[in-house]
Amino acid sequence: MTLTDAPRTPTAAGVGRLVDRFEQGLDAPICLTWELTYACNLACVHCLSSSGRRDPHELSTDECKAVIDEFERMQIFYVNIGGGEPTIRSDFWELVEYATEHHVGVKFSTNGSRITDRVATRLAASDYVDVQISLDGATAAVNDAVRGAGSYDVAVTAMGRLARAGFVGFKLSLVVTRQNIDQLDEVRSLADRYGAQLRLTRLRPSGRGADVWDELHPTAGQQRQLYEWLLAHGEDVLTGDSFFHLAGYGESLPGLNLCGAGRVVCLVDPVGDVYACPFAIHEQFLAGNVRSPGGFTEVWRHSDLFTELRRPQSAGACGSCGHYDSCRGGCMAAKFFTGLPLDGPDPECVLGHGEQALAGRGASLPPKPSLDHSRRTDRTPVPVAVAMLPAHRASVETPARRPDRACDESPLTGSGHGG
Amino acid sequence: MPPLTRPPGSSFDGSRAWTLHPQVSLRPESFGALAYHFGTRRLSFLKSRTLLAVVESLAEHPTGHDACRAVGVSHDEMARYELALTTLAESGMICEREAS
Repeated sequence: MTLTDAPRTPTAAGVGRLVDRFEQGLDAPICLTWELTYACNLACVHCLSSSGRRDPHELSTDECKAVIDEFERMQIFYVNIGGGEPTIRSDFWELVEYATEHHVGVKFSTNGSRITDRVATRLAASDYVDVQISLDGATAAVNDAVRGAGSYDVAVTAMGRLARAGFVGFKLSLVVTRQNIDQLDEVRSLADRYGAQLRLTRLRPSGRGADVWDELHPTAGQQRQLYEWLLAHGEDVLTGDSFFHLAGYGESLPGLNLCGAGRVVCLVDPVGDVYACPFAIHEQFLAGNVRSPGGFTEVWRHSDLFTELRRPQSAGACGSCGHYDSCRGGCMAAKFFTGLPLDGPDPECVLGHGEQALAGRGASLPPKPSLDHSRRTDRTPVPVAVAMLPAHRASVETPARRPDRACDESPLTGSGHGG
Repeated sequence: MPPLTRPPGSSFDGSRAWTLHPQVSLRPESFGALAYHFGTRRLSFLKSRTLLAVVESLAEHPTGHDACRAVGVSHDEMARYELALTTLAESGMICEREAS
């Protein structure tokens, strides 16, 4: 056994044991996602946090700074900031600066709309701030069908500004869908062209993503295609440990390959609620609030939910499957929001057990997110939503309500390099 | 952000003087520690408390081997620790310093 490990280069003997330790929880998260606001200027159909409108109870600047102080005391090395569109907050840059001054690195996700030349220059000069531009297709047609008209151009313009400012290695983050999966090589070239690193994450049926999941999630054949593509590209492409359910095909992908929810990962939402992971904004996965006595530290270390998640989990229906040790039953949030039992197969189980389980759900509807900050005007089906879709996608039936958020955050990702 | 390049001569030579890279933070955990490099944004896991003690004390000793011996690494264990320190040197978590 070795005495060190980089998460993206696991050594067989070592990481196995380490993963067991991680499943029992750590003193502080490895990867913490902080959605700073539910406000967003976009309305992506698959938004994990159902963002759109600002929540009136959003944490104030001072409350955010107090949370950062706590992160510093807990030695949380960096946070993944998202939203909504986090740069919409008028105190966004003040908070980024406060965090980095307090030894908490920042990686923030953005749709690029506020990355001016001036901002790009400032970002390029900082070692402690990383940027992730969200884009969900190699072409405007594919991207804009999901993220809204004009969003492709905005994102590519922002990438151009970052590249010109000399920012090497910012992230281009794409949620893999049935529509863009054939564009992965093109997306990779696009990232290369701007000196960016590609990051791929899994489409989850969370937030508004639940409404479009049936239409957008990769088919079984495409999952295999994705697995082969990821194996071929190795550590050059980041995944945030997003696709550990694909390990059932055989070889594990780079990363820790475990569900980190409440164990090494969590989400702090704009009002200070702490959830087990960024994909699980639902009261069942709500562990507490940073405003309560003891703050975030108390929630992380002692909340009932996180304590429970750190106990050995039942493999349930997956217990008899020979692949359980590699996929570990897949993604908790994906199961929950498709109405599957948490101790059964992932809806995208590569052996097809998920499809069977989905077919056997009967008439009961899957749970809906507890919160929805989608813009009210988006609630009723309106023509503009359909207009966002290219003709061949017009059957997607959800765009009635959609915002964005800077799209996926990775459970473990962060843990690699930049994740 | 400048491109990330591997520092030249990054293999670990225990007879030389070493230190934790100034951009690296260590966070002790029950299994050992997490090490995070703010420059490369890489995370590594130190899978023993003894290794953590070695890394933390590198700067106080004239050589890497001295640091290992000072925290109780035995002769028999030295090869394993050298391997671990080589991994950390290759990822830039620790670096050579001017001998004092």
